[in-house]
Amino acid sequence: MALSRFASSQFGSNFLKPASFLLSSQRRRSISSSNETLTIETSIPFTSHNCDAPSRSVETSSSELMSFFNDMVLMRRMEIAADSLYKAKLIRGFCHLYDGQEAVAVGMEASINSKDCVITAYRDHCTFLSRGGTLFEIFSELMGRSGGCSKGKGGSMHFYRKVGGFYGGHGIVGAQVPLGVGLAFGQKYCKDPNVTFSLYGDGAANQGQLFEALNIAALWDLPAILVCENNHYGMGTAEWRSAKSPAYYKRGDYAPGLKVDGMDVLAVKQACKFAKEHALKNGPIILEMDTYRYHGHSMSDPGSTYRTRDEISGVRQERDPIERVRKLVLAHDISTEKELKDIEKEARKQVDEAIAKAKESEMPDPSDLFTNVYVKGLGVEAYGADRKELKATLP
Amino acid sequence: MSKSAKKLGKLISLVSKRGFSTSSIQKDAADNGVKSLNLYSAINQALHIALDTDPRAYVFGEDVGFGGVFRCTTGLADRFGKNRVFNTPLCEQGIVGFGIGLAAMGNRAVAEIQFADYIFPAFDQIVNEAAKFRYRSGNQFNCGGLTIRTPYGAVGHGGHYHSQSPEAFFCHVPGIKVVIPRSPKEAKGLLLSCIRDPNPIVFFEPKWLYRLAVEEVPEDDYMLPLSEAEVIRPGSDITLVGWGAQLSIMEQACIDAEKEGISCELIDLKTLIPWDKETVEASVKKTGRLLISHEAPVTGGFGAEISASILERCFSRLEAPVARVCGLDTPFPLVFEPFYMPTKNKLHLFIYYNNNNNNNNNNNNNNYYYYYISLIN
Repeated sequence: MALSRFASSQFGSNFLKPASFLLSSQRRRSISSSNETLTIETSIPFTSHNCDAPSRSVETSSSELMSFFNDMVLMRRMEIAADSLYKAKLIRGFCHLYDGQEAVAVGMEASINSKDCVITAYRDHCTFLSRGGTLFEIFSELMGRSGGCSKGKGGSMHFYRKVGGFYGGHGIVGAQVPLGVGLAFGQKYCKDPNVTFSLYGDGAANQGQLFEALNIAALWDLPAILVCENNHYGMGTAEWRSAKSPAYYKRGDYAPGLKVDGMDVLAVKQACKFAKEHALKNGPIILEMDTYRYHGHSMSDPGSTYRTRDEISGVRQERDPIERVRKLVLAHDISTEKELKDIEKEARKQVDEAIAKAKESEMPDPSDLFTNVYVKGLGVEAYGADRKELKATLP
Repeated sequence: MSKSAKKLGKLISLVSKRGFSTSSIQKDAADNGVKSLNLYSAINQALHIALDTDPRAYVFGEDVGFGGVFRCTTGLADRFGKNRVFNTPLCEQGIVGFGIGLAAMGNRAVAEIQFADYIFPAFDQIVNEAAKFRYRSGNQFNCGGLTIRTPYGAVGHGGHYHSQSPEAFFCHVPGIKVVIPRSPKEAKGLLLSCIRDPNPIVFFEPKWLYRLAVEEVPEDDYMLPLSEAEVIRPGSDITLVGWGAQLSIMEQACIDAEKEGISCELIDLKTLIPWDKETVEASVKKTGRLLISHEAPVTGGFGAEISASILERCFSRLEAPVARVCGLDTPFPLVFEPFYMPTKNKLHLFIYYNNNNNNNNNNNNNNYYYYYISLIN
């Protein structure tokens, strides 16, 4: 639902297509069936720490399943395109891809609203998309164009979307989690019925500041949800090499936790719904999403030196989040294989169009180098060698 | 040694196959114990020697067991074992704090922070724990065996968090030393000195040069003195002071200036604290002019300290104000990197202007100003 719900009006003509396409394909069956509640079991049971796990039976609908499929396919295609753009040197800076982990972003979005806050680290492209960002903004930002979500000044690691409650895109491992606790305090203070999801990886789980943040959140019962996206490798180091206890959902000790199959979008949805309710009543909770990234840590990491190719292809075959939804859709006779293939083709087309459009977006004006450093402009002074003669203030 | 040499050989051939280096690696691999190496291979060789010569030396950091993201620690874990060369979790504060403890027991702890941009979680440990350990314990304890290696500086496309030059933050801390090499040969000698120096040291490695810079590096175990600057290009009209990767830019500016008849003296400071004031002072007394250049933002950069010190010592000898050609006072930008950097053209302009400002022609000055603005715009 996420993407179609947020489809931006600015570029709506392009990006509303999947939604209308989707509707038309469903209309051919019957509209009533698309909203009918389906109950589907999660792949595996939740494992809980200090709390009662939610039910394995997740309520969904055929239209929701189709939107899950659509969103995840779009994300997958987007990340693969970003990979090519990086290799073509059109994307500079550092670039971290999310493919494999799509179910976390999509499932989370399905159980929260735009007043809830999400803050994550540098693997942020898909989270930005799920929070309502557009492909054009993404590719423009990746290529450092002024049409990007951060006006081309941030790049891959620094996506932000204030209207969607997306607080970004942070470059330093683990640094965003205390920020998320601050956001949660703001929500509680204003008595908002909302929560903050702070996402971090299994590598960041060993940062001291996470525990400082969790203590603060628990001490003041803040609606903070710490989401550990456990893709099992902190850069090139396997979790068991760097963590005494890789059971990250138990790491909170006094704070409850839940281990979730992060490759199962319905399980993620159920867990986030549960966590939101819990956090509003009782304070922080940790969700550990058991997931997997297909790409290496960043573009300079081939991703195959510290894990076997068999391991990667095994996950692709057995746990892939998109394939799982595809099977569900087919098993419940919601759509046909051909229609799903068409959705994939459509995603490819949308991505290609967005890239073409982003390439036409202008580079930011050089004077923007000096803006946003301070509120009113830094008043940067450029000096010649003789400071008296050559002093001047740039915009 | 032979085993490590073989490994290095393998490594070098790999490098040349990939074609990262411009010069002909291995061609000059002479018998006189000198080999063409790039900067990361020179660092790797220094770490091999450090571990080989001192059984109480350890190398650790994020991903170093696999060779590190820049391949500086390749082969170390295989050769010296996982008890002496090991990966740590992603926790910079923990890494440095652990290193201080390890060094306090009389060991040589060589800690790696993957990028200098990530060193700030460890800032407290470096500033409050490492730097003051000896002083506040009345010399009962120290962590002199600690060396923190970390790559710094721009690479052309690193963006906000993979390009910064934070050396000036650490130059404000008595009790630690800050060292930055400019080339493979320097890197090897200085790193060995740092590891064996009885003071905690932050060793910044210019990551732009890891693969780009290739130089004849002696194979044996040698050390270069700390706190000794080096005149790498003698001249008579103006003194240029810099360190690390910026020196290669400055050298090009010197060559350009020479064509216009300006003779530049280029000094590599090497150790930022405690720095070699005498060498710089002697040079400025000779030339009467000083230009300092670094990638870090100009305000509060280490250039300011050099400028102030030289002004105190050489006031009457200066024929022009001290010039600083540095990074701009903005966060390190992504797409704007070419504007931010203290490029050769900016340097050249300042050198030229600095040597022609005696005729007090205001129009002329303004022209240079507009030229300068056009460069950064």
